[in-house]
Amino acid sequence: MTTPRTSALDAARLVALRDLRLAFRKPSQLLQPLVFFMIVATLFPLSLTPEMSRLRDAAPGVLWVGALLSSLLALEFLFREDAQDGTLEQFALSGQSLTGMLFAKTCTHWLLTGLPLALIAPVAAGALGVPGDAMPGVIASLALGSFAMSLVGAVGAGLTLGARRGGVLLSLLTLPLAVPILIFGARATELAIGGGNIAPPLYLLGAIAVLGLTLAPLAAAAAVRIGLE
Amino acid sequence: MLKVAGLQLWRGDRHVLRGLSFEGDPGQCVLLTGRNGAGKTSLIRVIAGLLDAEEGEVSWRGAPVRTNRQEFHSALAYLGHEPPLKGDLTGHENLRFSTGIRRPVGTIEIDAALTRTGAFAFADRPVRTLSAGQKRRVALAGVLLTRTVLWLLDEPTTNLDADGQQLVAELIGEHLGRNGLVVAAVHHPLPLPAANVVPIELGAAG
Repeated sequence: MTTPRTSALDAARLVALRDLRLAFRKPSQLLQPLVFFMIVATLFPLSLTPEMSRLRDAAPGVLWVGALLSSLLALEFLFREDAQDGTLEQFALSGQSLTGMLFAKTCTHWLLTGLPLALIAPVAAGALGVPGDAMPGVIASLALGSFAMSLVGAVGAGLTLGARRGGVLLSLLTLPLAVPILIFGARATELAIGGGNIAPPLYLLGAIAVLGLTLAPLAAAAAVRIGLE
Repeated sequence: MLKVAGLQLWRGDRHVLRGLSFEGDPGQCVLLTGRNGAGKTSLIRVIAGLLDAEEGEVSWRGAPVRTNRQEFHSALAYLGHEPPLKGDLTGHENLRFSTGIRRPVGTIEIDAALTRTGAFAFADRPVRTLSAGQKRRVALAGVLLTRTVLWLLDEPTTNLDADGQQLVAELIGEHLGRNGLVVAAVHHPLPLPAANVVPIELGAAG
């Protein structure tokens, strides 16, 4: 009974394709974090001041806090459903690398939540009086930051699998690790708006993302194994 | 081939498995019986490696599972209480994925397995629209498709009608005929040749 095995890369690709397909069958779950982000970002001009120059000063903070909270909202669903319907157990028992499959899941998750958020951010930024030539910087910093956030969050999502109402716990676990992302990300956005050089904070964001890339999938796999008990 | 030695398992403050040992060889079906809460599910999860026992060891082909988890998992199919299916995918899509992450698989083969378990007629419907018994038939086709030696089945006949229960017994019988090894937790006796069955009663000593 020897049969050819699926390679680790193909297994990861299948996981990603399945998650994409599932997401498009249930688009409401996809839209929820985006709508949340847009609501937060558009409520600020209404509640703060209509004065563009003051709004512009607050824009980096508003955009990043909104993005962070909305990605926390989305992270809760990263592993939860798969754990509930038993498919995560099958991942763990497939003889494939759980690390690779969870990494594929995390990347797909970012593709479906983080990247769209970065892409619609200019709309929200426009409402906050951010000038048009700052938009590439806004998109770049949010895309990179949300990727780092997804990786860090995957560990938290794995650790809170066993908890019945893991949402609050997930936020508490993830937020301390998310603070550096928030600081450097908001700084990059601020520099982009002010017309400065955004490279230094972007490099730091990139460094966090690389650190997450190397460590987070391993930690997430270990956490999920514990969570499955 | 599968050897379980001296398992001690605690769940909370209950001592569930007290020094359990048994062996299973190709062509044998280890039938786990016992009242609810006797530890049938826990034992199957310990064997699969989803749960760590406090003491004792599970070995596969002479080597402890702990040290060659990947090889062991490639050789086993696990079916728990809930059929591991995605509600928003069809039965066919579910199997294409769950089998695909283990080995390359084609449509014809998937259809054949679905036909064998009587699930072909509803394999193109989203799984959430299926009844519990229909889901189980799809999941059983998934077990067939893994083409693994060792099947770990936790109450495989749950939710199935009389035909379905007969089907499970047939599938297990065929698997034993292929020199497969089955560990199954059951409520109801399965019509299998007694010579191939290793009965284990859990929680008997209480």
